[in-house]
Amino acid sequence: MQNNNWKKWKRKYTGMFYLTPWIIGFLAFQLYPLVMSFLYSFTDFTMLNDYKFVGLQNYIKIFTNDRLFLKSMKATFMYVAIALPLKMIISLFIAGLLNQKLKGISIFKVVYYLPSIFGGSVAITILWRFIFMKTGLLNTLIGALFSGYKAFDWIGSPKTSLPVISLLQVWQFGSSMVLFLAGLKQVPDSLYEAADIDGANAVQKYFRITLPMLSPIILFNLVMQMIQLFQDFTAAFVITGGGALKETYLYGLMLYENGFRYFKMGYASAQSWVLFVIIILFTFAIFRLSDGLVHYED
Amino acid sequence: MKKILSYAFLCLVALIMIYPLIWLVFSSFKPNSEIFGSIRLLPQKWQTDSYTLGWRGTGQNSFGRFLLNTLELVVPTAAFTTISSCLVGYGFARFTFPLKKLLMILMISTLMLPNTVLVIPRFILFNRLGWNDTYYPFIIPAMFACTPFFIYMMIQFFRGIPRDLDDAAKIDGCNSFKTLIYVLLPILKPAMFSAFLFQFIWTWNDFFNVLIYISSVSKYPVSLALRMSLDSASAVNWSTVLAMSLVSMIPCILVYMLGQKYLIDGMATQGIKG
Repeated sequence: MQNNNWKKWKRKYTGMFYLTPWIIGFLAFQLYPLVMSFLYSFTDFTMLNDYKFVGLQNYIKIFTNDRLFLKSMKATFMYVAIALPLKMIISLFIAGLLNQKLKGISIFKVVYYLPSIFGGSVAITILWRFIFMKTGLLNTLIGALFSGYKAFDWIGSPKTSLPVISLLQVWQFGSSMVLFLAGLKQVPDSLYEAADIDGANAVQKYFRITLPMLSPIILFNLVMQMIQLFQDFTAAFVITGGGALKETYLYGLMLYENGFRYFKMGYASAQSWVLFVIIILFTFAIFRLSDGLVHYED
Repeated sequence: MKKILSYAFLCLVALIMIYPLIWLVFSSFKPNSEIFGSIRLLPQKWQTDSYTLGWRGTGQNSFGRFLLNTLELVVPTAAFTTISSCLVGYGFARFTFPLKKLLMILMISTLMLPNTVLVIPRFILFNRLGWNDTYYPFIIPAMFACTPFFIYMMIQFFRGIPRDLDDAAKIDGCNSFKTLIYVLLPILKPAMFSAFLFQFIWTWNDFFNVLIYISSVSKYPVSLALRMSLDSASAVNWSTVLAMSLVSMIPCILVYMLGQKYLIDGMATQGIKG
């Protein structure tokens, strides 16, 4: 009888047993920090001395008395607004090209993915700096094409510094491309054949079949890329240092400076929650706006 | 004709994509004065001074030291991530248990949880535990499957294996753990390889976390060493910085060349709805 109970219990909880590492990890390294950062956001925590609760003071300061916050907000929105659509459109387009039945096409896939493996590494950001700095590669190339061209400081000019670091993200469109390509391969040929019979042209097929079939992946990818872009840090830190008049003072950089340079950790926690709420709002907005556009098969 | 146009366009894009990398390779063999100001891709006179100079590092710590440090940080992190995600993925993919749906939703939502909200309390926690300036802040969370991306990836791969195999193993007297080890893991090797490679590359390239956790130069991974060299290199020493950047990228390039199929397949699973 007891043996039987044990067996039942075991059958019921075996799966849970395999989940233990994750459950511990989730509680200790995700849920606990999440709760704590919320609590810290109402304190003047600095790590150096005792802290006390200050109510909403941090949040009030963020919205009423922090000029850098506004500057950073603007830079971050601009950064996402440049990088996100470009990255999505280019990866969608390239994935379409790679979905053709051509000889040696997989070599192109490998080449296009290559820049993406370096992610936000320091090495690749250094390379980016060398391309766009005043004496850099880009100016050398333009100078060779147009005599009399006066070298332009792409990184040091407030108008171009942000597009420069956004372009680094666009260049790394590999993972989106791979996701889209996998999606394209799942679109059944029968749909296109049916459209052919109905006399649809290529553009119609793309907008009536390909995009709707791909829409769940586009949505997923859009949201994940957006979340990641909102938090980017390395390029702004290494290439521009937030500079050209704080035009590239991305949110991640501001959090780093407040939290780990000035050790205003309570304040930085509050700022991280503001970003969190912004990300949640944007995610919901994307889901709402896409409601009628995304096509689920089941 | 359409074919030729396609190829031409694909080649053009390929050139844009890898020209910066090719330029990096050749420039690292040029003397400083030649790197900029000339559009010649190939060096007029090949020189390897930048490599010998850069390899010397900071004097006390050679660049080799920084590479070894990085491996010491990256390999355990990637290995533990693979093992823990595999176990958790198995639990999610093959069993029913109370609260499964809730736990699954929690796991998927952490996929979207922005890291920036967690960074400060984690730092404070790890500081209290005495883990600052060690590699524990990377290795220990890896033991507890803290990157949901990999759990999700593993679940997808497990779902691709027919359950008949599990059933057959059960009839042969395997318990669930033996089934995993002897029956499923051999099939899952490519998936595990893909998880390992991804985590290897991501941790190798990670900058933010090493920046906040690692403070002694003798424990610096390459990313911090590069950042330091960029700060200290007076405007004159570009070629050394370029050379060491390239050296720091080589392990990732090797990993990619070795396992590009696994990486690309692993990434593709993320788009398949679960």
